[in-house]
Amino acid sequence: MERSMAYESDLNLKATELRLGLPGSDEPEKPSTTPSVRSNKRASPEISEESRSKGSSCVSSKVESGERDSAPPAKEQVVGWPPIRSYRKNCLRAKKNDQVDGAGMYVKVSVDGAPYLRKIDLQVYKNYPELLETLENMFKLTIGEYSEKEGYNGSDFAPTYEDKDGDWMLVGDVPWDMFISSCKRLRIMKGSEARGLSC
Amino acid sequence: MTRSDLFIGNCYAVSPERATSRFTRVRSVTLKGKPRFADFNLMPPNWGAHFAPWVSATAKAYPWLEKIHLKRMSVTDDDLALLAESFSGFKELVLVCCDGFGTSGLAAVASKCRQLKVLDLIESEVSDDEVDWIMCFPDTETCLESLIFDCVECLVDFDALERLVVRSPSLKKLRLNRFVSIGQLYRLMVRAPQLTHLGTGSFSPSEDVAQGELELDYVSAFAACKSLVCLSGFREIVPDCLPAIYPVCANLTSLNFSYANISAEQLKPIISNCHKLQTFWVLDSICDEGLQAVATTCKELRELRVFPFDPREDIEGPVSEVGLQAISEGCRKLQSILYFCQRMTNAAVIAMSKNCPDLVVFRLCIMGRQRPDHVTGEPMDEGFGAIVMNCKKLTRLAVSGLLTDTAFAYIGKYGKIVRTLSVAFAGDSDMGLKYVLEGCPRLQKLEIRDSPFGDTALLSGLHHYYNMRFLWMSACRLSHQGCQQIAQALPHLVVEVIKHEDTVHTDDYADTLYMYRSLAGRRHDVPKFVSIL
Repeated sequence: MERSMAYESDLNLKATELRLGLPGSDEPEKPSTTPSVRSNKRASPEISEESRSKGSSCVSSKVESGERDSAPPAKEQVVGWPPIRSYRKNCLRAKKNDQVDGAGMYVKVSVDGAPYLRKIDLQVYKNYPELLETLENMFKLTIGEYSEKEGYNGSDFAPTYEDKDGDWMLVGDVPWDMFISSCKRLRIMKGSEARGLSC
Repeated sequence: MTRSDLFIGNCYAVSPERATSRFTRVRSVTLKGKPRFADFNLMPPNWGAHFAPWVSATAKAYPWLEKIHLKRMSVTDDDLALLAESFSGFKELVLVCCDGFGTSGLAAVASKCRQLKVLDLIESEVSDDEVDWIMCFPDTETCLESLIFDCVECLVDFDALERLVVRSPSLKKLRLNRFVSIGQLYRLMVRAPQLTHLGTGSFSPSEDVAQGELELDYVSAFAACKSLVCLSGFREIVPDCLPAIYPVCANLTSLNFSYANISAEQLKPIISNCHKLQTFWVLDSICDEGLQAVATTCKELRELRVFPFDPREDIEGPVSEVGLQAISEGCRKLQSILYFCQRMTNAAVIAMSKNCPDLVVFRLCIMGRQRPDHVTGEPMDEGFGAIVMNCKKLTRLAVSGLLTDTAFAYIGKYGKIVRTLSVAFAGDSDMGLKYVLEGCPRLQKLEIRDSPFGDTALLSGLHHYYNMRFLWMSACRLSHQGCQQIAQALPHLVVEVIKHEDTVHTDDYADTLYMYRSLAGRRHDVPKFVSIL
């Protein structure tokens, strides 16, 4: 839809200017990890020799001089190292995907005037429009569009969130990645208070 | 000489025909197959260790067979069906790190082995054939004493499981898989308060939380299990549920939290009551602080395993030399340790060598390859040297970190009763391996990967290879010629060179050598990626 496209590109423009390169951003990921250890692919002897000798020559020269000024460069992952069985790796990998640093992905959502709270998993959403659509459906209300200057002007509802510092912010002001890593909970404000947020 | 328990440490060391004709009154068979490094994907699949020829030979020779214990074997559903058909008095099946079978094989065992006391599936890969094997146990009272299926990655019908537990009055060991919720666990526990060993399954509420699941009196359920000494599971633990186990802590001798991502704070109230604990497996999520808590309370600790929550290299790790030092000071009776960490110091390892003189097994895995002492920058030679020097009972050693030939000189000089040695990314030259082969007369199992040992070193062990169960060397500096020389010199050794599909194949380079003594000669089930020299 035209409107939501405009919404999205609006945010993205802002996002670019404020980009901090947080994980999950559009920037290319550093090629620091290589084939998964589950594959049987192994480095050819030349390569493994090379990386071994690179690693060890880097290390042994330092050992000779009795110094150690920096950690060896991050190495490519190799098959079967560290020696953990795949069953255990798979079990724990599933757990890691559930876990998140910082504020945590499950946040409570309250709506002014509603008697109960809901909980949502922010990880499930890729951007603001998806999140807002879910909130609208969940609580049967209309939040409308975000604009940088005027917030959710014209709407009876304004989605706000409490961030890591304890401040209440308007949803949409910061890039999505920053939002999900700092949002502790959501509150959908209603009425005049909401309308007043545009100032 | 008659023997009723047949133990075969390498299934290729002797043929099934020869073993069964030599030993006629066997009631129990233990077989071990693949070498341990196969667990870490260093062996291509379908290498071998098939149970099939063994089950058919023993089916003919020992119709009265009661127990089969397999480790790292390939077992098929047909094998299990034949087993179930052939042994009318069959009592115990234990499958450790096995694969190749599924729930239909289990169903055959469950339905036909009417005297079955033990069905233990430990770290095995079981495919989901959509057969509910739990339903296949007979409707009558069973003889079951032990049912361990925590590794089985498929749903079982819970009602059938509950009924099975109810009609198994001798059941003492029950380890559930992660598909069993805490509410279901409760129901089973109240049916089986006589349990001594319990694997708790997920230890979290089910997805669609049944009303009241969180309100069940778990504490009473645990309190009713007065004989509980071994607790494991916690596969998807919700830490709020943890206090339920308080009533049993004081009696626990074994606790396995190695799938539970808990913090030091969550651990402390539990561990502070575990005065009798002898075996403790845990994730490094408890940090050095958690290990300090263990050291404070668990004075009877014999075995500790600390697994990494995040098994990558070159990241900040939550446990270090601090935790190891604390354990060494608090747990003086320690006999066996497996410790994964990102950083370590010689000082801490030396401390452990002095504080824990009863150590039999010392396995330290510094996950960053060739990492030196974190504080001094030196190799870890002195630490491991102290272990072999001071721990007079040491028979199993796994080394890691930056190690020069000096470390191996120490092992060769002091490791006189070492039987099992595991080496990775270590050493400078052939001398390292030579020291070990020439110095360790009791060495039985040697597994080496990615270390600069070549043909000269390999040849220096000729005098000893017939005394060993096996030698594994992968990604070292061996050539085909070198391996060939061994094969020619020692006709009773089977010398396998394994090709991996994406290593460069040259005539000169032998990527993986696996060799073992054998009365059977070259095996008949050689896959095409293996050449036997």
